[in-house]
Amino acid sequence: MNRILIRGGRLIDPASGCDETRDLLIQDGRIAEFGEDLETRGAEVIDATHCWVSPGLVDLHCHLREPGQEHKEDIASGGRSAAAGGFTAIACMANTDPVNDEPATTDFIIDRARHDSPVRIYPVAAATRGLKGEVMTEMSALVEAGAVAFSDDGRTIMDSGLMRRVLEYSRLVDVPVVVHCEDRTLVNDGVVNEGPVSTKLGLPGNPAVAESVHVSRDVMLAEITGARLHVAHVSTAGAVETIRQARDRGLNVTGEVTPHHLTLTDEEALGFDTNTKVAPPLRSAEDVRACREALCDGTLDAIATDHAPHAVHEKDQEYTIAPHGMIGFETAVPVVLDLVRTGEITPIELVRRMSTHPARILGQQGGSLAVGEPADVVIIDPERNWTYDPAKGYSKSRNSPWAGRQLVGRTVATIVGGRLVYHVDRGVLVP
Amino acid sequence: MIGRDLLGIEDLDRDEIERILETAEHMREVSNREVKKVPTLRGRTIVNLFFESSTRTRASFEIAGKRLSADVINFSPSTSSLKKAESILDTARTLDAMDPDAVVVRHSVAGVPHRIAEVLEAPVVNAGDGAREHPTQALLDLFTVIQEKGRIDGLTVAIVGDILHSRVARSNIYGFSKMGAEVRVAAPPTMIPPFIESFGVKAFTSLREALDGADVVMALRIQNERLTGSFLPSVREYSNTFGIDRAKLNFAKEDAIVMHPGPVNRGVELSHDLTDHRPSVILDQVRNGVAIRMAVLYLITGRRRRSVAAPQEDGGDA
Repeated sequence: MNRILIRGGRLIDPASGCDETRDLLIQDGRIAEFGEDLETRGAEVIDATHCWVSPGLVDLHCHLREPGQEHKEDIASGGRSAAAGGFTAIACMANTDPVNDEPATTDFIIDRARHDSPVRIYPVAAATRGLKGEVMTEMSALVEAGAVAFSDDGRTIMDSGLMRRVLEYSRLVDVPVVVHCEDRTLVNDGVVNEGPVSTKLGLPGNPAVAESVHVSRDVMLAEITGARLHVAHVSTAGAVETIRQARDRGLNVTGEVTPHHLTLTDEEALGFDTNTKVAPPLRSAEDVRACREALCDGTLDAIATDHAPHAVHEKDQEYTIAPHGMIGFETAVPVVLDLVRTGEITPIELVRRMSTHPARILGQQGGSLAVGEPADVVIIDPERNWTYDPAKGYSKSRNSPWAGRQLVGRTVATIVGGRLVYHVDRGVLVP
Repeated sequence: MIGRDLLGIEDLDRDEIERILETAEHMREVSNREVKKVPTLRGRTIVNLFFESSTRTRASFEIAGKRLSADVINFSPSTSSLKKAESILDTARTLDAMDPDAVVVRHSVAGVPHRIAEVLEAPVVNAGDGAREHPTQALLDLFTVIQEKGRIDGLTVAIVGDILHSRVARSNIYGFSKMGAEVRVAAPPTMIPPFIESFGVKAFTSLREALDGADVVMALRIQNERLTGSFLPSVREYSNTFGIDRAKLNFAKEDAIVMHPGPVNRGVELSHDLTDHRPSVILDQVRNGVAIRMAVLYLITGRRRRSVAAPQEDGGDA
């Protein structure tokens, strides 16, 4: 009988509203009991004094690069990095090589995840074949194979007629369609947020309106189709406003925001560090403020990392040529804890947006510490000081704007299905 | 004293700019001699690392280096961004390993000289990076205006043309503002960068208003690929509205001078007549460019290479 007792932690369970100091007992892979001074006999005891104990974090948006780009990341390394960040389940995007646009590829990812990854992996399948924006994928077969959502992500579907059909057809399988909203004609060759910073840097600007125009289109299409629209990595005040209005009208629209869009502005690019290059780009302080407000007031449901690994030699190029993206699993918790420290959000509401809501959006288990639930649990020390060094992390890549920075707050332990898969002092333990 | 690298006018203060201009005054004298060469940089090696093609700026730097007796090597890697054999940083490191005393860098992407300066021991001079800066151009423009007007303080400078894509505009905005001039920019709305007012300049879409009271009118080159398409409807429309000719020059002060960084699209930004005759000072700009680049190379190459681990006499083992 496999027992883990997490002792003395602050139990934060958004599903039940519980936020108090309790012991938590895990037995045979499930949440067994919580209370005070629980019996420790036969259990592995993890001390969680001064720590949060909450349902494992669920990431709606990451890139694991396998199959095809294993020099950046693979399912094993990405899964380990996620575990070290406190995630117990992650949804990976379809822009692999080959693209995850047919059941065999979805099967492969799920099979590889079962053997290689310490955390649960939910494949997001392409919405159109080859991410080409021409022919929609076989959604029912892909869902049968295990796809949890559909998205062409960064290859934004510009053809509004096709997008309408994709949304309509998705109702057949009742899973979300995840959209990366950037009108490509407005983005043009832009690589940093259009504004004073792009003018100063002399780099092509990517205007905020490229995002808000596209969010407006997709919200309108969601309205006439009744599909479940999920807006990925919202970065602008304009997009936030459109989503707010859509939700006021009762539309089935959800949204996520990344740790970097919550905390970093376009001024990060002033040193030409290509690790600050991301799509959508880091925005103005005003946009950051709007995103924070929207997360806190519930307009945006979830935090998602958009973990996007790239090799050093790929990032070490001209700013215009270097690929978009930054890794994010291992820095997500300390970075977003900033919102708790400023008093903008309570711990339980933060956990809701990193665990309960993303699990619900994906239609998967998790996000709850109810007795009998699979024991996906994270222990977070919100005060722990550390210096982030990507070279000491688990991702194969190092493209992080937080490299070398002092961070506060860290994942102490991650438990997936009752197995301790990560402990800060012992590293990733399985598989 | 100026810093180790010259990456942009943004980084310089007024004293540093004046120091360079004063040094250039001495350098100009060298170019006026019958034997145009001094031994100042003998035994020094200067590499012109031009990722973006250039004939004028490269020749100017080359002549500047040679007049100071430096050995000047031109290196122009193929710049196909699609299929490159070597990354820019690897190219730069390779050259650095040959121990040059200065590396002059031009690249079509902003920020490349910064990245190269981070990895090189040799000091870096930016000879133009994307739409960001072209510091020696601004310095030679300041030098030319002082020659003509005796000062910068209190002048009104109108920069006309594709401000959005222009590194010359940005460097000159910094340079003329720091030296006490009022800087205006004028362009079709599609060519005015967002938030350009944050640079402390006034932006105009009316040429007449921009030129009103101007002492200096600086026309910028319109790149051929921007003459049609999404930025401008046509060449004719541009030259009618923003091309400088004698009639439009009447909007400016009577004694206004006309400048252009070259090469001129004759009949587009500038009329033929103005390109060749005063009050344009285009060839003076070119001439002064050599003196400015001599001054910059002299001031920068005089330095010791960065972090050269020369054995210390006190026997320190760090």
